[in-house]
Amino acid sequence: MAELTQDEGGHQHPIGVYLKIWLLLFVLSMLSYMVDYLEFQGYLRWTLILIFMALKAGLIIAVFMHMMWERLAFIYAILLPPLCLLVLIALMAVEADYTYLMRVLYLGQG
Amino acid sequence: MSAPVEQMNDGLRGAAQDWGSDKDAFKDVPWGKAMMWIFLLSDTFIFGCFLTSYMTVRMAATESWPLTSEVFALTVSGVHVPLLLIAIMTFILITSSGTMAMAVNYGYRRNKNKAFWLIVATAVLGASFVGMQAFEWSKLIEEGVRPWGNPMGAAQFGASFFMITGFHGLHVSIGVIYLLTVAFKVRRGDYDHTNFEIIEITGLYWHFVDLVWVFIFAFFYLW
Repeated sequence: MAELTQDEGGHQHPIGVYLKIWLLLFVLSMLSYMVDYLEFQGYLRWTLILIFMALKAGLIIAVFMHMMWERLAFIYAILLPPLCLLVLIALMAVEADYTYLMRVLYLGQG
Repeated sequence: MSAPVEQMNDGLRGAAQDWGSDKDAFKDVPWGKAMMWIFLLSDTFIFGCFLTSYMTVRMAATESWPLTSEVFALTVSGVHVPLLLIAIMTFILITSSGTMAMAVNYGYRRNKNKAFWLIVATAVLGASFVGMQAFEWSKLIEEGVRPWGNPMGAAQFGASFFMITGFHGLHVSIGVIYLLTVAFKVRRGDYDHTNFEIIEITGLYWHFVDLVWVFIFAFFYLW
């Protein structure tokens, strides 16, 4: 049993932590829904959507998925590789812009 | 301090031995958990590619993009509420993540009964999410939304919608089966000799499904 208690170390958080994060996620979801409900438009809308999204994603990864209690070597191994997607997003945004302009110029659309 | 000399085998056994002889990089991380995280990392790229291609077709579309807040609006007892079903689905999925996190916690406390019922609750919430998604799909199909076109605007809307929400729904469905399997194995006592880290590993998958929905909700439904 002594061995078991040792293994459990680091995973024993009071249930209250999860309830608080749960509540926080509810509030954040409510806020992002309100962005649509109150019909915010333009940069205000996009900024708010991104902020609430980032906060929700961060809370889920850090607390629910226990990432804040892992060692740094592991955190880096998992969380850094997805940053490659930023390159893909940038390239595809340029490409989409080009496609749009071609459609406007040569197909008379838009 | 010299490492023990191991017998060098040939063939498949040798290959497995060689690959398995690497240094233990992730201290205190059970192999199952590391593998689940690496799977989720690869899944991140799948959904990353879906959402990026959605961005590409939406930016390149010359027709106007359908207004999601209207497409997914519901009329409840005469009141027109935009995006209602999606909001409910979001809250259900977050709630299921909460029950899952508690199941993990009770697992580590060796409270099998509470862990079992919390996993089952998570699975039930997940199943209701899939049910609502089925309702949403049939509503849109009835309104004429197809992968190749729709009456509301840019043709690319249907392809993006069915691809992204379909793949996410598939993940939720598989997750429900996975959760129920683990729940019954927990109750049967299959994991009694462990410290129930299996519940945390299952939980990682489930939270990931919730995490992906956060991004789909922001980019597909709210943008």
